[in-house]
Amino acid sequence: MTRLPLTGSQTVGPFFAPALLRPGAVRQIMVGETTKGERIRVEGRVVDGDGAPVPDALVEIWQANAAGRYNHPADAGPAPLDPSFVGFGRSGTVEDGRFWFETIKPGMVRFDAERLQAPHICVTVFARGLLNHVVTRLYFEDEIGNSDDPVLGCVPEERRNTLIASREEQGDAIVYRFNVVLQGAGETAFFQL
Amino acid sequence: MSLTTIGEIVRGNAEFFPPYLYEAYQSTRRRAPSLPLVEVPITISELTGPGPAISNITPEDADLTRNAGTGGEAIGQRIIVTGRVIDDNGNPIPRMLLEIWQANASGRYIHKRDQWPGPLDPNFLGMGRCLTDEAGQYRFLTIRPGAYPWKNHPNAWRPAHIHFSVFGPTMLSRLVTQMYFPGDPLHQLDPIMSSIPTEAARKRLIAEYDHTVTEPEWALGYRWDIVLRGSAGTPFEPYGESK
Repeated sequence: MTRLPLTGSQTVGPFFAPALLRPGAVRQIMVGETTKGERIRVEGRVVDGDGAPVPDALVEIWQANAAGRYNHPADAGPAPLDPSFVGFGRSGTVEDGRFWFETIKPGMVRFDAERLQAPHICVTVFARGLLNHVVTRLYFEDEIGNSDDPVLGCVPEERRNTLIASREEQGDAIVYRFNVVLQGAGETAFFQL
Repeated sequence: MSLTTIGEIVRGNAEFFPPYLYEAYQSTRRRAPSLPLVEVPITISELTGPGPAISNITPEDADLTRNAGTGGEAIGQRIIVTGRVIDDNGNPIPRMLLEIWQANASGRYIHKRDQWPGPLDPNFLGMGRCLTDEAGQYRFLTIRPGAYPWKNHPNAWRPAHIHFSVFGPTMLSRLVTQMYFPGDPLHQLDPIMSSIPTEAARKRLIAEYDHTVTEPEWALGYRWDIVLRGSAGTPFEPYGESK
């Protein structure tokens, strides 16, 4: 059947923060006291083709809960929902291009009837100068399933490391560091999605 | 627009979506990805998304003329902006969050980086949100935004516009865009609008004046529909009955 033409994308521009990062719209702390799973902090910087920080980007993430279930009607389980976890994060960037989220490490979700995907977080970045958002994924360096992941496997081998967050322990906190390089040396592998 | 370098990297359908690199819009030059986008399979991660869950927990705030909390009303031409959010099969997208932001009637945003000498309006925040109804209809009451200057090129002015952010049902339907007003001579001078590849696709970003939306002795009416990417033909059926 004939599809209707889609509404085109335009840049988020420089002035979105009062609307998209207002109280209730910004979502950097994604966990509550009762949220199940390993607490992690996801942190990184957005940089441009000169390696300069992008201080006016918007980073959104979407992930499954610790059991591997998305809070969405299309995911019928059987992994249980966690009523205290939505799985959506939204952060601005500051002067040095930095963004952060406090969340939990997601469980594995299905790929097809036989295979699972390695734990991952979907990452979307908007900014002045991006006429359309960029789409990628964050994978965790300490997950052995990465080597068999059917999506990560589509990324040319020499670029795969751009999707893998490095693990650091800072006191009691587990930090996964994930930088988004929009252009140039070390450019993040973005998806045609 | 004068001739400009247009990149070949486009996410999504190149008939409708702009390239990442569009040199006439200078900010694209150092921010546009330069390597080919990676083709990946669509999985449960893309056929889900935050739209339904976020829409369930976000309160509406759809009257921008009075939501500054001052008790006063924003200055400017009062307008109603309404339309449908549908997918590319024509199915309405119900109970879905839209977030908007815009300049005030003089073309000024409340933002520390907007310092041009258009006056601020203490009764106008320039942000709002609403949910679509069961038929996919949304409706905002606001004031018509002004055009404003920017530093992209000499004597550059953005045509009047309202920014829209909408999730839609899945990660594939996520859209941030801008709605423009009919008959604005600045359209063809604007590199951001011109980055949309075809005349037909650019026209779809322009609202139409609708006298049946206009309310007597109250507000002028504009209608603008948004068509989001659906997920028919993909291996999962992602958008069943909402909980």
